[in-house]
Amino acid sequence: MTIRAFSIDGDGTHSQDVPAFAAAIKEAAADLVLVPGNSRVRRSMAAAALRAGAAVDTGIVDVAVEGDMATVRRWVYRQRILAAFSRVARPWVVVTDPALFDEICAKLGVKPETPKLDLAADTHSWMNGRQSAVAGGESTIRPDAKMLFVAGAGWTKKQADGALHLGEAAAAITGFLARSGASLGSSKSLVDMPEAAEAFKFMSHMNQIGQTGSTPRHAKGLATCCHGEEPHVVGWRFIGERRAVNLDANCGWAQGKADVLYVADAFAVMAKVNELLG
Amino acid sequence: MGKPLNIIVCGSLVPDPLQTLEPVTTPQGPGLKNEQMLPSVLDPWAACALYEAAALAKARAGSKVTLVSVGPKAKLQQLMMTVAQKAPFQLVAVNAPAGGFTDAMETAAALAKAIKSTPGLDISTALLFGGCASASRDAGVTLQFVAEMLGISEMFNAVDSIKLEEDDSFTVLERVEGGQYLSSTCKGLPAAIGWATGSLPEPPNNPQTGMMNMRGIMPALMKAPAVDIGTGGISYVSVEVPAARRDTVVKKDMSVDAIAAEIVEWMKG
Repeated sequence: MTIRAFSIDGDGTHSQDVPAFAAAIKEAAADLVLVPGNSRVRRSMAAAALRAGAAVDTGIVDVAVEGDMATVRRWVYRQRILAAFSRVARPWVVVTDPALFDEICAKLGVKPETPKLDLAADTHSWMNGRQSAVAGGESTIRPDAKMLFVAGAGWTKKQADGALHLGEAAAAITGFLARSGASLGSSKSLVDMPEAAEAFKFMSHMNQIGQTGSTPRHAKGLATCCHGEEPHVVGWRFIGERRAVNLDANCGWAQGKADVLYVADAFAVMAKVNELLG
Repeated sequence: MGKPLNIIVCGSLVPDPLQTLEPVTTPQGPGLKNEQMLPSVLDPWAACALYEAAALAKARAGSKVTLVSVGPKAKLQQLMMTVAQKAPFQLVAVNAPAGGFTDAMETAAALAKAIKSTPGLDISTALLFGGCASASRDAGVTLQFVAEMLGISEMFNAVDSIKLEEDDSFTVLERVEGGQYLSSTCKGLPAAIGWATGSLPEPPNNPQTGMMNMRGIMPALMKAPAVDIGTGGISYVSVEVPAARRDTVVKKDMSVDAIAAEIVEWMKG
């Protein structure tokens, strides 16, 4: 079986990338073409494969090859069900989870190449450049961080004194991020709140973890003021050690979704954690 | 004011995310236990696409939103009881299986055929919307396939924002790596846009809109063509739910200081 792996990064318009990727697939003359599923690839590779007459599958987390048979594994239903399957169609474009591309290539003994892409096709669009999702601020999404810190809707609720403490909540969250270097995640209920959009300007829908958010990979995750409902926790599939701080001892985290649940006030706990971290 | 818009939204149903999913083997390939009985919702990112389409259409008089759905007719009908109350649209339905194990290419072909055969849908000036990925197959390829099959060469994926000018040029923000957006501008239509969350909240139910929509939805469901969509060229080897349950230790009576110290120690370990 002939396997080629292409490293494709940077940005490109769909109308130029599709013919360029299609040509690269054809020129590869391979049975399997491995590519990492970054944003550029996710935008255009499926259409390119269709144009090149190739089969394509995305989000692949493992590839096993035995003779002429290749079997891949991917999640369906948002990290709930893991499927292993093969195809007889060739060429077969296998778009891997970007975090696992190097590992899969190494396992198969394939060295990634940078394909020569002819980007001369007509286009009606152009790129203006990248910008932070947080207006005027530093990104709080840090894919390489060791730790994920999730803030839930509880940070916006009235506290024991009957008042909202949004400023204090924002200070506790940003203070922890600054001291720990953690990546910030959120539940959908928090990022959807207008009051959170106003008070937590360091956070956007891009921070959302779960069913309609992201599924990051971090060694550890700490959830605060978050109930651990299933649609959110499906985004924790690839978080190694999990701890949560919540006032409700029967919240979702207690139902086998966290390793440790501290039943406590996250405002007080995070203030102390920040103090200890200096 | 610009010309009326023609917005086609591709979207179907997925199991309610609060449901437990258990894979089973069926004669057609893998499926879900009690799949026909599972409550469904409109695919969340496709729903975002529908709400964004409705907002754009509202801002341009005479604009039209068409929701094109591939799914089992009976379940689509049930779903439309709620979705129809969210925004004005016309439905084009295709009666076929929809789920995490059906083939994206066959689904896209059914969608493209339905779009092409619908009178009054001018693809050359259309905005083709959909979710950036479904909550079932979660492959993020169907909308690209449909665009390619319809000859739409401009496509943007994981979009959270669109700013449409009167001359139909527009600027979008696409989600890219590291919590950033890629800003791009397109000269005009047609174009395909795979939506992420967007920026609009879910509209409240409006029974009047629902009643108006249902006048067209019921006939659309009645005449939905049946299409046989299977697993395509895929041979499934295994389908499983990996064990995810942890032995949670619930610590109720620790002081704040002790909890904080334990968390810091855990972080550093």
